[in-house]
Amino acid sequence: MNINDPVNISGLTVRFGSRTAVDRLSLEVPKGSTTGLVGESGSGKSTLARAVAGLLPCRGTVTGVAPGRVQMVFQDPSSSLDPRMSIGDAIAEGTRVPRARRAAEVGRLLELVALPAGYAGKYPRELSGGQCQRVAIARALAAGPELLIADEITSALDVSVQGAVLNLLRELRGELGLTMLFISHNLAVVRYVCDAVAVMRHGRLVESGPVQDVIGAPRHAYTRALLDAVPRLSPAASDTERVRRVR
Amino acid sequence: MRRLPRNPAGLLGAGIVALLVLLALFGPPLWADAAARINPREISQGSSAAHLLGTDALGRDLLARTLTATRLTLGLALLATLIGTATGILLGTLPQVLPRRAGRAVIAAVDLLVAFPALLLAMFTAVVAGLDAQGAVLGIGAALAPAFARLTHTMTASVAGADYIAAARMLGVPRHRVLTRHVLPNIAEPLILNTAQAMGGALLGLSAMSFLGMGVQAPAYDWGRLLNEAFGHVYVTPSAVVAPALAVTLAGLGFMLLGDSFARAAAHTRAPAGGPAAAPAAVPAPDEPAPDTVLEVRDLTVAFPGGTTPVRQVSLTVRAGEILGLVGESGSGKSMTAAAIGQLVPHPGRTGSARIRLGGVDLDGLTASERRRLLGSSLAMVFQDPTSALNPALRVGGQLAEVATLHGGATRTEARDRAVERLDRVRIRHPADTARRHPHELSGGMRQRAVIAMGLMNTPRLIIADEPTTALDVTVQREVLRVLREAVDETRAGALFISHDIAVVGEVCDRIAVMYAGRVVEELPAGALHQARHPYTRALVGSLPDMDTDRSRPLTTIPGRQPAPGDVGEGCAFADRCALATARCATRPELRTRTGTHSVACWEVK
Repeated sequence: MNINDPVNISGLTVRFGSRTAVDRLSLEVPKGSTTGLVGESGSGKSTLARAVAGLLPCRGTVTGVAPGRVQMVFQDPSSSLDPRMSIGDAIAEGTRVPRARRAAEVGRLLELVALPAGYAGKYPRELSGGQCQRVAIARALAAGPELLIADEITSALDVSVQGAVLNLLRELRGELGLTMLFISHNLAVVRYVCDAVAVMRHGRLVESGPVQDVIGAPRHAYTRALLDAVPRLSPAASDTERVRRVR
Repeated sequence: MRRLPRNPAGLLGAGIVALLVLLALFGPPLWADAAARINPREISQGSSAAHLLGTDALGRDLLARTLTATRLTLGLALLATLIGTATGILLGTLPQVLPRRAGRAVIAAVDLLVAFPALLLAMFTAVVAGLDAQGAVLGIGAALAPAFARLTHTMTASVAGADYIAAARMLGVPRHRVLTRHVLPNIAEPLILNTAQAMGGALLGLSAMSFLGMGVQAPAYDWGRLLNEAFGHVYVTPSAVVAPALAVTLAGLGFMLLGDSFARAAAHTRAPAGGPAAAPAAVPAPDEPAPDTVLEVRDLTVAFPGGTTPVRQVSLTVRAGEILGLVGESGSGKSMTAAAIGQLVPHPGRTGSARIRLGGVDLDGLTASERRRLLGSSLAMVFQDPTSALNPALRVGGQLAEVATLHGGATRTEARDRAVERLDRVRIRHPADTARRHPHELSGGMRQRAVIAMGLMNTPRLIIADEPTTALDVTVQREVLRVLREAVDETRAGALFISHDIAVVGEVCDRIAVMYAGRVVEELPAGALHQARHPYTRALVGSLPDMDTDRSRPLTTIPGRQPAPGDVGEGCAFADRCALATARCATRPELRTRTGTHSVACWEVK
């Protein structure tokens, strides 16, 4: 297996009883790039992510990433950190450095996500939602992931905090050459963060390709419907145009 | 334990338990000799000066025996509790470590045991283990274990669903370590609380076993054994039963009360300190509003005890056929503003305003019942979660019709027809069919539209929509926004649309009021968002990526965070985070009109 081989998901199927949540889905995530996964709730985005992360039993294959080298950051900052564990301990759990160097490594990771190294002794309840998400990102990075899955990581955050977390992800991608699967229901956010987009519906992929192609010239009717529904705040839109869009 | 019980029952429980522990420690050295002294001349006597509670069949002092027995009774109960809880916790956590099938088998076995009467289980185990103290302790332990296993398993399962457990699994933390590091610490508190109650149960159970002759055997004695011995002479010396019976009752009560109050203390957070909030004072507003104003709010303030003031002197005006957007981040006070207008501020919050007028009627001038009637007929509220706004047990049509019969005085047939008509108006296909369905049969978007239809049953003057589309998909959101817009256009009601999403607000609203730390900092036409002047509004707009954002540039961010409703200072609340802030910002800038429809509260922008 070449290190530059893309992460290749092929024929992935997840069933819950008689319901098929993800249906023979195939997707390629090139190394060092970010692929966005969009779709409505219930389309199977999060199920796919959990299956790729090894948290759900599934059929199909995932190649290009060693088992156990997938890390995930979740939507809800309040549930993604153990309330009884300090930030430093949470991050240290994933590191693979000797005990003696652990404190230094935790400090390095905290600084990487733009938090003071002194936060290691704090507990999740002392942090804001955005800070918790940064810690969750640091914990995921501690394990040196070959694939990082971000599952709606800014949906529970306020707008001003969302911006900072998105900026951080972009910086990290540049610095560390991260390979990322970025799941969101917000197409504007996906457009801003990702290089490629895959659109899911009813457990299947309806369209995928480079961001500018999918968003600039969508081929599938569902992609077009999604794009039309994005609330726009553009200076070009005049008052009448804006109101017409809603009416 | 962080919180000690403060209620009288809890204090009583704690007192009884403390007394019992003291007795267990010092009882035997003080009274063991007296309790063992056989006196053939004073057999089976009643109460006397020498023997307060009389003597038993061998002439031994019953009070001394009861006091001395505390140690054995408590010790055995403690042992049984430990066995029961340890076994229960082990059984309850086993499914987390075992392979899936084995785990299921354990759960099934536990469920089966829970269905067994506990005392029967205890006796069965005791018969197998031997009819002595050891057997009884094992029996009671076995009887306690299933309930504890069930509790542990339920709590473990809920914690196991948390994302941090998934994260730990992905990091390769072994399952038994996940259990000891992440799961057990998070369920420890309720387990400890239940142990206190289990101790009471174990004590009663053991006493029952000894009383039945299946527990402690002579010459050893616990309270149950004393009862057993005294019961034979209950018609001769009834007082002999009193002491051990009283001791058992008291101890059982003590542990139960203590456990109960621990559980209650853990479940409830402490009420905020400080006395009730004073009703915020406000000066009457002199100016008269425009004639088509449906909502006029002047200097609305909401305060909670302890200095928390989530809404500070907010003034808003909504005209007929207009949607006013109220936008802000969590904690800005936008939802509390809506709650205050709907008279829904939760206890112990206090609302004060110079004026709240709904459709030209002053709410402050009405009696409580008049106000309720006015709000019921002319205010419609739509919340974020449509599921909780509809009663799951009733059909949609019936719920809508009820609004019309209750507040509009319509007959039942009229109301039903109107419900179908309103469902049709919010673009629900097959409205007559939908009216016959239950809420759970509808999709999220349909449910939210049904709630809007419910609001339109009477002709409302004002619709308050609090994050109505936050829980919905974008395509569904578009539909709901359109329905709201149409409803406002057709009925000429006014609407207050509350959202954290400035893009959504910009799209559906006519005017926008931006809230920060409890105050409106800018009010502007929706089309002018890109000409926003307040540094906070500008940052909000800049931090939101839209379909035209330059992908090569980082998003605007705001350093720091919004002050909590209790820590808002005297000056401009945004000053700490503002690049333009100067010394002047130590004094709070008032919201001032800059051009016809554009008001800004900032010293530094024109």
